[in-house]
Amino acid sequence: MSVFGVLFSYLIFPGFIFTAMIGLFLTWIDRKVTARIHWRVGPPWYQPYADFLKLLLKETIIPEGSSKVFFLLGPILGLVSMTILAVMLFSMNMNPGATFLGDLIVIIYLLALPPIGLMIGASASKNPLASVGVSREMTQYFAYELPFLITIAGVILKAGGSIRLGDIILAQHASGPFLYSISGVIGAVVILLSMQAKLGFVPFDIPEAEQEIMAGVYIEYSGVAFAMFRIVRAMMLFLLPLFLISLLWGGFGDWWAIPKFLLIIVLMILIKNTNPRIRIDQSLRFFWLGIGVLSVIGLVLAVYGL
Amino acid sequence: MANAKLWGLKKSPWVFHVAAASCNNCDIEILDVLTPRWDVERFGIVLVGSPRHADALLVTGVLNRKSLSRVLRVYEQTPKPCLVIGVGTCTCDNHMFTPSYNVVGPYDKHIPVDVFIPGCPPKPEAIISGVVKALARL
Repeated sequence: MSVFGVLFSYLIFPGFIFTAMIGLFLTWIDRKVTARIHWRVGPPWYQPYADFLKLLLKETIIPEGSSKVFFLLGPILGLVSMTILAVMLFSMNMNPGATFLGDLIVIIYLLALPPIGLMIGASASKNPLASVGVSREMTQYFAYELPFLITIAGVILKAGGSIRLGDIILAQHASGPFLYSISGVIGAVVILLSMQAKLGFVPFDIPEAEQEIMAGVYIEYSGVAFAMFRIVRAMMLFLLPLFLISLLWGGFGDWWAIPKFLLIIVLMILIKNTNPRIRIDQSLRFFWLGIGVLSVIGLVLAVYGL
Repeated sequence: MANAKLWGLKKSPWVFHVAAASCNNCDIEILDVLTPRWDVERFGIVLVGSPRHADALLVTGVLNRKSLSRVLRVYEQTPKPCLVIGVGTCTCDNHMFTPSYNVVGPYDKHIPVDVFIPGCPPKPEAIISGVVKALARL
């Protein structure tokens, strides 16, 4: 691939601009569906774009006494990792045979970077509410990552022990999606709830609980830095369901991916709108003792090929 | 560029609620405006928790010696450009508290206020109309 091809794939399609635009549109779908559930009209379709444009052109305040470099590094880390993830996911679904060994491990690390960037940035901001948010974000991260990884281990076992996501997609092309089995359904439930927590959607929006710790981790961010965090969130809203589809539901090489994708998004929005926020200790208990045990059962079933 | 900035600001004014020692009536009316019945998210108006995210400050209550420094601090923490909207008669002319020793006057003595919404408390319709007028002033 030429230099321009690489630049095009990272910056425009399927990299930064394409993913960000679709992600912002999905944010609008989220807000509109939420509004309809509340029996409201809801914002117009250009609302997330207007928010983004406004934040880009506003003043960016760096709080006094904070570490400037780490404060601004936080959003950039998330943005870069999500851009790379978009390119990797699209290339391995268009051409599953041509990916490198261990790309699943790289994807797991890339998915871990946005929360880490958020923790770095927020703890550099020298705000007591932000540090409360950081401690909650960290606990939450350890909570949801354990069942998430156990489920991915189950998927690796089902695909014959390969840690290439390309091989996992090819195995599903050969013998049907993993979702159509008991361990696959369990895995989908576990990953859906972990995604909910990764995105900070309502039952698990403890790090940014706006009624108790204002905006928590985001409290000191304004202007461009906050716009970047919002766009990282929007890109995750687009990429995490695609990751779930390629892991368990046969990849997104064909047009059937669109109804699958919309189904996952609507499920997440419905979970978001029908649940109250839980406390951080409840979240930890839920993920380790509830969902964690479920994911171990899924792993055992996957060992026996169910 | 200037047009894009203006369009973005007009289409998504996020408000931060500064309750500077009001009697709570105006605050309750502001909460009414944010309920599904009036649905200000149609215009992109969202209540935010931090002044760093705010484009408009909704100030309520009569300004006194205790609350002045807090209001000034919140105003300084807000990234510019930002609007200041005074809700209730207290913000316009101190209302019935004018003779009090503790009152340091209407808000526009200290910070630039874009629009005053009179009423004790103002109706939700009046608040929405005031915000629309403030946006038209931009």
